[in-house]
Amino acid sequence: MTISLLALLIAAGSFGAGVLGALTGLGGGIIVVPLLTLLFGVDLRYAIGASLVSVIATSSGAAAAYVREGYTNVRVGIFLELATTTGALLGAGLSGFISTSTLAVLFGLVLLFTAYRSLQPREEHVVAATPDRWSLRLRLDSTYPTPSGLQRYSVRGVPAGFSLMFVAGVLSALLGIGSGIVKVLAMDQAMKLPFKVSTTTSNFMIGVTAAASAGVYLHRGYIEPALAFPVMLGVLSGALLGARILGVAKTTRLRQIFTAVVVVMAIEMLYKGIRGGM
Amino acid sequence: MEQRVGRLLQIGVLLSAGVVVVGGAALLLQYGGQPADFRVFRGELDALTTLRGIAHGVRALDSRAIVQLGLVLLIATPVARVALTLVSFFAQRDRTYMALTSVVLGLLLFGLLWGRG
Repeated sequence: MTISLLALLIAAGSFGAGVLGALTGLGGGIIVVPLLTLLFGVDLRYAIGASLVSVIATSSGAAAAYVREGYTNVRVGIFLELATTTGALLGAGLSGFISTSTLAVLFGLVLLFTAYRSLQPREEHVVAATPDRWSLRLRLDSTYPTPSGLQRYSVRGVPAGFSLMFVAGVLSALLGIGSGIVKVLAMDQAMKLPFKVSTTTSNFMIGVTAAASAGVYLHRGYIEPALAFPVMLGVLSGALLGARILGVAKTTRLRQIFTAVVVVMAIEMLYKGIRGGM
Repeated sequence: MEQRVGRLLQIGVLLSAGVVVVGGAALLLQYGGQPADFRVFRGELDALTTLRGIAHGVRALDSRAIVQLGLVLLIATPVARVALTLVSFFAQRDRTYMALTSVVLGLLLFGLLWGRG
């Protein structure tokens, strides 16, 4: 296969990943890496480098629209970025010592977890009224816009959220994903942030987290221009289109399809990792 | 402030995407016909992994270096965003968050400049 043909196929695949990622809210990064490695036989390290770049592009592109709406909690974001960027630098440091087979198994497990989470119904929990000790000290409580005006909310479970964010940072760097699924878990479940606040703040943080390890990977030669450029442009344009048709498309059905794809990829990543074919 | 952050992100992404489009098109013209083989990880040459090498390649109009320049701009976008957040906490005289944001910014710059190991 020539470089031109490969770039074209990768751009098309990444475009699809971007559309699905935006429509399901799971991000495209989680399927870009399996796409590149399983379908196109690209080395896992090049795939991780290219995927991280696309994660930064979609996160920043989407965040540009979100910040103006007033959902993003900048204090929570900055505080938790301490955990994610530290985790990301640690993950980038560790990745040199971990075999690609081990990484593939880890990737398979994260894919399975993503599929499991995406099938769970997402309930809007009651907005917390009392902050915890840390939240009080760090002034994390804020307000967010609702149809009936600005509503106050409190932040709980700060230590648990912070720890989960550290894990999210490590995974992001090791696997080249945004790990939005862990970030939302931390903010939604542990810290009891309102739904819209946790998704937009998570998105705010994904780009920053990915930038921490992308720099390291650039220097290490993981970012191959011939692969990174079709991935970045494909995912970015796909995500922009996905965000635009979000209101029109039937997302429940798409979510099921997406979940099925993720499970198949998970099994294949696990199989290749264990058999040692990566 | 939020408006400015939004604009900064938009400009960063558009600018880097523009540079990547130009570099990518040139890359296809220059190397498009060669066989693609990325099965084995070889790493990249210094010319594509260091800021100095990339700057040198861009001046020589090497398409691969132009793509890398676009990607460096993209990686720099969230870093610039954190820097802008620092400015806004400074304007609010919020010392706690000035300190926290400085640490995050320091970690990011460390990641950008470190990494030979």
